Amino acid sequence: MTTYLIKRIFILIPLMVGITLITFSVIHLAPGEPVEMQMAMNPKVGKEARERLTKFYGLDKPLHEQYFSWVANIAKLDLGRSFSSDNRPVVDKIKERLPVTISLNVIALILEFGLAIPIGILAATRRDTWLDKGITVFVFIGFAIPTFWLALLLMYFFGVRLGWLPISGLHTLGSDSWGTVHYLWDMAKHLIMPVMVASFGSLAGLSRYMRSAMLNVISQDYITTARAKGLSERVVIWKHALRNALLPLITLLGFSIPGLIGGSVIFETIFAIPGMGQLFYQGVMSRDYPVVMGILVIGAFLTLIGNLIADLCYALADPRIRHGEG
Amino acid sequence: MDYKHSYLISIFWPHLKRNRMALFGGIIVLALFVVSMLAPLISPYDPSAINAFKVLSPPSWQHWFGTDELGRDVLSRVLFGSRVSLKVGFVAVGIAVSIGTVVGLVSGYFSGIVDATLMRLVDIMLCFPAFFLILAIITFLEPSIWYIMMVIGLTGWMGVARLVRAETLSIREMDYILAARCIGCSNTRIIFRHILPNAISPVLVSATLGIAGAILTESALSFLGIGVQPPTPSWGNILTSGKDYIEFAWWLSLFPGLSILFTVLAYNLLGEGIRDALDPRVKR
Repeated sequence: MTTYLIKRIFILIPLMVGITLITFSVIHLAPGEPVEMQMAMNPKVGKEARERLTKFYGLDKPLHEQYFSWVANIAKLDLGRSFSSDNRPVVDKIKERLPVTISLNVIALILEFGLAIPIGILAATRRDTWLDKGITVFVFIGFAIPTFWLALLLMYFFGVRLGWLPISGLHTLGSDSWGTVHYLWDMAKHLIMPVMVASFGSLAGLSRYMRSAMLNVISQDYITTARAKGLSERVVIWKHALRNALLPLITLLGFSIPGLIGGSVIFETIFAIPGMGQLFYQGVMSRDYPVVMGILVIGAFLTLIGNLIADLCYALADPRIRHGEG
Repeated sequence: MDYKHSYLISIFWPHLKRNRMALFGGIIVLALFVVSMLAPLISPYDPSAINAFKVLSPPSWQHWFGTDELGRDVLSRVLFGSRVSLKVGFVAVGIAVSIGTVVGLVSGYFSGIVDATLMRLVDIMLCFPAFFLILAIITFLEPSIWYIMMVIGLTGWMGVARLVRAETLSIREMDYILAARCIGCSNTRIIFRHILPNAISPVLVSATLGIAGAILTESALSFLGIGVQPPTPSWGNILTSGKDYIEFAWWLSLFPGLSILFTVLAYNLLGEGIRDALDPRVKR
């Protein structure tokens, strides 16, 4: 296990270098010098900001030196300062937004897995019944529905038509002065629609995956053995089959992270949630270039870490990897 | 080539034909082609004709899908919007499939350091949340449909590369490749004449599904105002005004959204159908 861990962490290094290289090329791929472009696209940027930029990116130096100084800055967690009027360090901006996005995504993930696993098992154990077909239809609609449209529909029904749920933000204005319970209830109401939107798309994929994983396991010999021993179907499915069917789902957890982070742009923008996705969108719209670059790097690193955690969980859950040569 | 042709006719098509869901998807896909070709002929109105007397009027016999905030006919705009979706879907996927296939072939055929480098590149590209990467690149470019297709293509080739590489790895060991090498075929010839035709079928599936994905991405970008710019109608940017007028005009949100839903659904069903038809393990 330890060697596996060390190996796995060692692989991260070239990947991190690659991430910075690609982000760096995105900056330099753009036509013209980034500073010139910034000037042309955002007239609000003053002369002083321009000099600071030139200095920060070291644009007077050769390309490889620029890259190394930029990476050195990232290592010191210095991502430059935002172009917006508050002119704050990008790292600070990300720091205050990140917890919102991460906690929203974690809630969405828990909901997804909590629903997808039983749905997948149901579909697999009642294969080719009406229930299975109904779930399949639901899955295909889930694949095809644009998340932002789902958000609009929910807003229309629950926000506008029925007036049950608030349609933007995380809190009602002035909720700080309410009691804790009331405050939390208010926040929960604000979170219902964003979490539904965040989890719906992947829910379809996950339950489909769970179904095929379960079908795969059920057809194996040891399940037949368990049935032949006279175990009840419930024990066979939930104790013997489930554990092996869950394994591939762990890998899927890792794969779903970039999608979740990327998807946060959409639902945070629509529901006006002050998270990293909204910050990114605002950065893109105002061409706030340090913010965009900073979040791009951070987002990729987060994905990397998420994948690492998923791989470690897999290794922990699967004795073949834990005890193997790894 | 003859053999391939007969395979398509004798096994592939009958199987696809029997799969009703896939057939349904295929019919919608074909219908969309026809609609987008004939959009100027079948649209009841000019999609950009403004009518100040009919602002935000609900669906009626004159305007089946209602009108938008400028009094433009939503049905005509949705019909013209299908052109954008189709174009983006095919061009973006064309780019992604071309890059992915070449990377996969080269990586699988040459193995060793070339393979390791290319596959690390794939790993790195997969680390970026795709939507973030697309948005970041678009930040530096003037919004235009061509850039969008390019960027969606350039950020979506990794899956195809992995697929083709895996196929190539197994095909490379076949006797007929050894035979080709013995008679002195060049690497290029072996890769493109002997391996490519045999490695391409799984790509067909991911290309079909990829079109669905590209259409979704384009509509999301246009919805966020970074994609196709008004007045050119696209399903995504009609939904932008749908969002602005959600309290008064449900039809602005409903119809373009349903169009995206059915189009994506159709490509997904078709893709799944092709997958089943190609999969020898699925009982026929």
